[in-house]
Amino acid sequence: MQESMETLVNKEYKYGFVTDIDTDAIPKGLSEDVIRLISRKKNEPEFMLEWRLKAYRHWLTLKDEPHWQNFSYPAIDYQNIIYYAAPRKKPQVNSLEEVDKEILATYEKLGISITEQKRMSGVAVDAIFDSVSVATTFREKLGELGIIFCSFSEAVQHHPDLVKKYLGSVVPYTDNFFATLNSAVFSDGSFCFIPKGVRCPMELSTYFRINTAETGQFERTLIVAEEGASVSYLEGCTAPIRDTNQLHAAVVELVALDDAQIKYSTVQNWYAGDKEGKGGIYNFVTKRGKCLGKNSKISWTQVETGSAITWKYPSVILQGDNSVGEFYSVAVVNNRQVADTGTKMTHIGKNTKSTIISKGISAGFGGNTYRGSVKVLPNATNARNYTQCDSMLIGDRCSANTFPYIEVRNTSSSVEHEASTSKIGEDQLFYCKQRGIDTENAISMIINGFAKEVFKNLPMEFAVEAQKLLGISLEGSVG
Amino acid sequence: MLEIKNLHANVAGKEILKGINLTVNAGEVHAVMGPNGSGKSTLAQVLAGHPSYEVTEGSVMYDGKDLLEMAPEIRAQEGIFLAFQYPVEIPGVSNSYFLKAGVNEIRKYKGLEPLDAMQFLKILKEKMKLVEMDPSFINRPVNEGFSGGEKKRNEILQMAVLEPKLAILDETDSGLDIDALKIVAHGVTRLKKPDNAVIVVTHYQRLLNYIVPDFVHVLVNGRIVKSGGKELALELEANGYDNVKEEAESVAS
Repeated sequence: MQESMETLVNKEYKYGFVTDIDTDAIPKGLSEDVIRLISRKKNEPEFMLEWRLKAYRHWLTLKDEPHWQNFSYPAIDYQNIIYYAAPRKKPQVNSLEEVDKEILATYEKLGISITEQKRMSGVAVDAIFDSVSVATTFREKLGELGIIFCSFSEAVQHHPDLVKKYLGSVVPYTDNFFATLNSAVFSDGSFCFIPKGVRCPMELSTYFRINTAETGQFERTLIVAEEGASVSYLEGCTAPIRDTNQLHAAVVELVALDDAQIKYSTVQNWYAGDKEGKGGIYNFVTKRGKCLGKNSKISWTQVETGSAITWKYPSVILQGDNSVGEFYSVAVVNNRQVADTGTKMTHIGKNTKSTIISKGISAGFGGNTYRGSVKVLPNATNARNYTQCDSMLIGDRCSANTFPYIEVRNTSSSVEHEASTSKIGEDQLFYCKQRGIDTENAISMIINGFAKEVFKNLPMEFAVEAQKLLGISLEGSVG
Repeated sequence: MLEIKNLHANVAGKEILKGINLTVNAGEVHAVMGPNGSGKSTLAQVLAGHPSYEVTEGSVMYDGKDLLEMAPEIRAQEGIFLAFQYPVEIPGVSNSYFLKAGVNEIRKYKGLEPLDAMQFLKILKEKMKLVEMDPSFINRPVNEGFSGGEKKRNEILQMAVLEPKLAILDETDSGLDIDALKIVAHGVTRLKKPDNAVIVVTHYQRLLNYIVPDFVHVLVNGRIVKSGGKELALELEANGYDNVKEEAESVAS
């Protein structure tokens, strides 16, 4: 019994696929051969391989990565990356004793259960069958409603028509350097399809997808909500996750048809590197939603506290008349982290509306940049945008920058932009202390007050974790 | 309650307090007066534990404990309250949330159960009447957009809610018109009990018409040069600080 458990634990689970990981030795580097290999290993149909190759060939023509961002990073050697990794690795450590004490301390503070801690640290979980069976039951329930929620790889196999129809329709493979790379070598991600008129009864989260214990380096996610459908999707978790792969270039596409709604929430706390900023993750993500249909709505809410570099602009294309786009963000940079994040709201249809609330918190030597674009095209009658961009500086060695781009080509529209900058100074902290509140609680209180407006858009469970996370990510930032 | 012995303190390397001796007992009101730069505010800040000030000599015993060893938040939890001369703003944090956090930290320290939102709100509303503050102040962020007078009244409101054993009012009267002054003073007086004490730091005698001191001390150049009863304040009002300074110099020489 013990032996067969062991064997099963060491095999790769992928909704019924069981493959042999022992022969998965794939060399570093990127070439057409590597891409063909990836596609073959995933048993992909021809159209998928073709798409990957088109993207790869396009990538080869791109001279360089973008250089307009407000930070720098050492050159990435694209030939020094392994582009295919077996989804379920063998457990890396034997017990929690071997896991980095700092990470364990953070797990404790976040109130994460021991089983969950083990799963996240790569420790063998005895109850592995439980997570498999939980996920399976969950999927069956959704299936009864016609909802498809599975890994992207599985969707390519079992729902190729849907994938063909929508993949690249919001983020074409030519979109930008990292999206192009992702389109060529994407590993896995989520696929979610909500049929006409169905409101997904529960919040979908990556936890319920098998094989998400390891973060994919080039994740690809596609969510489609048909007419009148709605779904709320949660990505990420508050626990700091380490990865030997430094570059994470994911692509997320959302499509909302007439009267549909998609809410996408992210809490990201990936390894940010040491105090000197070495070794942290580069989170270069392309996320975009298209409000294709009339009266549709797409909402992005993000709490970004991790990664050495966060570079992402979750955006919404407001094509359908009366469509609504929202972007709520709290981005924290501490020590040597940098963030260049924001959103693009493109108003195309009539009576479209967008709301942007961005809260940037900088501490240590962190550099926080908000970059936002509000575009109102000529036929976008009666477009309305409200943008509020607030920065909070803790200490005097960090920075906050704002680059709003506003382009309005329709005279009936209204665009409002408000910005503020504030500081947590020694005086404020002393004031709190003199009222009996210690430094840690004081910072947490002030920061949560600052981020309140964004947090109230997060699903409840995430909101509570996010609050704790803010407090932890700013520890040691003053004094 | 409070025993200060030979207290010397610096700020930015410059010595401001040059040997303060002061004893405050429960039930007493002490006024500390003096010209600009004499060290009045420094004394208040040092007692509260402000990090910018360095104590170089002397001791302060509070209820038999070494005050200087305690972190500022512990001093607060032990019942010391400083009404700031220039209260800072805390955007995004409502007055009620802030005060509830403080109250519950102090209760925790004393081993009491924390108050929930409902219980706390009830207490807060009562205390607001004491300083004649409009209920709208409950949800406003701490001191944000408050006028000078409102900030000072907010300090006294906090004092009313936190019920300290030793309250130090640092030039609470500065920037106040006569009406605001009366409200503030009235609030402080109503909070006076036989088991607590107040140190009022001020330039002007005027406040002391409303908060009547038991003892008045004159601080000149970092030292208390004269102490007396409330008549001393009136004397200073009439003759200014020069007389006292001269007296002090002649004693020194």
